[in-house]
Amino acid sequence: MRRTLFLIRKELIELRRDPRLFGLVIIAPILQLTVLGYAATTDVWNVPVVVADGDRSPASRDLIAQFDGSPYFSVVDVVTSNAEIDPYLESGLGWMALSIPEGYGDEFHSATGATVQVVADGSDASSTTVALSYAASLVAGYAQRLVAARPGGQRVAQALVQPAIRVWFNPQLDSRDFMIPGVLALLLLIITANLTSMAIVREKELGTFEQLSVTPLRRWELVVGKLLPYALIGMVDVLLVVAVAVLWFQVPFRGSLLQLLLLSGVYLLSTLGLGLFVSTVSRTQQQAMMVVVFFFLLPMIFLSGFIFPIENMPQVIQYATYIVPLRYYLVIVRGIFLKGVGLATLWPSALALLAWGLAISTLAVSRSRKRLD
Amino acid sequence: MPAIDVQHLTRRFGKFVAVDDVSFRVGEGEIFGFLGANGAGKSTTIRMLCGLLRPTSGTALVGGVDVSRDAEGVKRRIGYMSQRFSLYESLTVEENIRFFAGLYGLSEERYAERRRFALEMAGLEGRETMITRQLSGGWRQRLALGCAILHEPPILFLDEPTGGVDPISRRQFWRLIDQLAGEGVTILVTTHYLDEAERCGRVAIMHAGRLIGIGTVAEVKQVFADRPIVEVRVDQPVAAMQALDAMPEVEKTSLFGTAVHAVLKTPRAADVPVADRLRAAGLQVQSLVTVPPSLEDVFLDMIEKAGAR
Repeated sequence: MRRTLFLIRKELIELRRDPRLFGLVIIAPILQLTVLGYAATTDVWNVPVVVADGDRSPASRDLIAQFDGSPYFSVVDVVTSNAEIDPYLESGLGWMALSIPEGYGDEFHSATGATVQVVADGSDASSTTVALSYAASLVAGYAQRLVAARPGGQRVAQALVQPAIRVWFNPQLDSRDFMIPGVLALLLLIITANLTSMAIVREKELGTFEQLSVTPLRRWELVVGKLLPYALIGMVDVLLVVAVAVLWFQVPFRGSLLQLLLLSGVYLLSTLGLGLFVSTVSRTQQQAMMVVVFFFLLPMIFLSGFIFPIENMPQVIQYATYIVPLRYYLVIVRGIFLKGVGLATLWPSALALLAWGLAISTLAVSRSRKRLD
Repeated sequence: MPAIDVQHLTRRFGKFVAVDDVSFRVGEGEIFGFLGANGAGKSTTIRMLCGLLRPTSGTALVGGVDVSRDAEGVKRRIGYMSQRFSLYESLTVEENIRFFAGLYGLSEERYAERRRFALEMAGLEGRETMITRQLSGGWRQRLALGCAILHEPPILFLDEPTGGVDPISRRQFWRLIDQLAGEGVTILVTTHYLDEAERCGRVAIMHAGRLIGIGTVAEVKQVFADRPIVEVRVDQPVAAMQALDAMPEVEKTSLFGTAVHAVLKTPRAADVPVADRLRAAGLQVQSLVTVPPSLEDVFLDMIEKAGAR
């Protein structure tokens, strides 16, 4: 045990003296969180809209004002015919075109009602889908207000069947609230798995591993002494990320911090175990990093539900996601952050994570023979 | 009881036999040199003796402990220093000493004493807070040695300890080795430098995994007991080698700097009129003397014979 403490102390001194490592541990999480927090969002704001106003009536100008006043759209130009909108869509100056036909103002006051057309650039399918749905709801809401404003219209408007959609936990459907807890999961994986594997492989490269091997240091002491410092760093990073998420991005934190730390500890068992495993199959630090990124990180990002919803995947791929530890931790962090649920609800994910962590750690330890044969 | 007792030690890596049926004994307080080209099996042998590598067959007792049965027991009794500086470069001198002392489980009082010893030995008193990376090669090497013997092991393994170190530091290092041996520490050292090998009590010469010669330096030089070596200095060494090779009494020739060494098949060098014949061949002989065999002669001769077998 005393030997382990000496090893931990040595690891921490090395970490402190290595500015690159120090930066990786403290600066990188904040930087990545900030970048991902702003970039990793599926919300669409300020969609550039070009309007072909064929009517040029007070009614058409009112509709245009609705779009321009919305935070989701910004009207970049108003032209007079449909033919003129093509260059905007082709050049990307406009993502969407709103076409108001001639006679819109007259139809507007008739019983049949008026029709407008929305044309969108579909090359960025996900953003366009979001923008289109915003446009549809904006027009629908506008129409409803207009009807209600007419004499006797109140009744008509109420009679229209309107689904009342209520979103729980993330009422504004703010995708940042959804992404940032996910970033925590990803960061912990990158930092701890990478650092652990490199910490061990570095010693192999330098030859100090051989020196350690001829001391009476036991295998479990070596493993614990190598993993604990990085577990500690992982915990510091959890607190750091939670602080930035809550204080800067104002992501709601509804659950218990203690439970988040506890379950993060379980998650760290799997990421550290993974790092240890990688160190047993790599000879150089570059190799270790490649193995982590290509064999674990990228597949995990795609298969964990971090970006693509698991529910949309083909059944076979969905089964494959069950072996990805990140999947379980994502459920846990999002649950604790947004839903405020605890172990009582999250235990199946926690259990799966624990099983994964124990399995990879056992495999890694049995591979990391202290003898070099 | 010998400090190291190796019997029929063999190590295979797949089909490759790195160490092939090696047997030798090293007595207490002896400096035992292991010579051989790169890949001859020296390091593999040392690693088996340190418990880093399991022997395929054969036995090795180090300090009376069987390396195959109790590798951890061996580790408590030995110090090991390899060709690469096995220190943590971003740690200070003191932190390195503290770390290794901790791994060897030294008590606080013993640590204080051994720390002083290691610093004094490496000549690093007053430089305890220097970062190890900033030390010169010789200092680092002596510090590495100090760290390897903090726990006062009775047996010390040095795997090419002086690689990449300047001659003055090498000499200082060997003075430390002699001192340790004088205190009763058994030392097994591998080296490429044949001048270092001359300082060993006994040497073993390895080639292609096999032990092809063993004994004191004087003993191994006995392979030339009835084959005198003449050293010839001439104006045209290459032509002289050809002329010498043509003589029936000459076994072989080799170039030593600007001089040519010729090994004779007859026990008495005076019997062969080498100088006259060279002059007859039109060469200007500047000097011709019989020289004692150097360890390099012995080494090359043994490897040649082992290869021819």
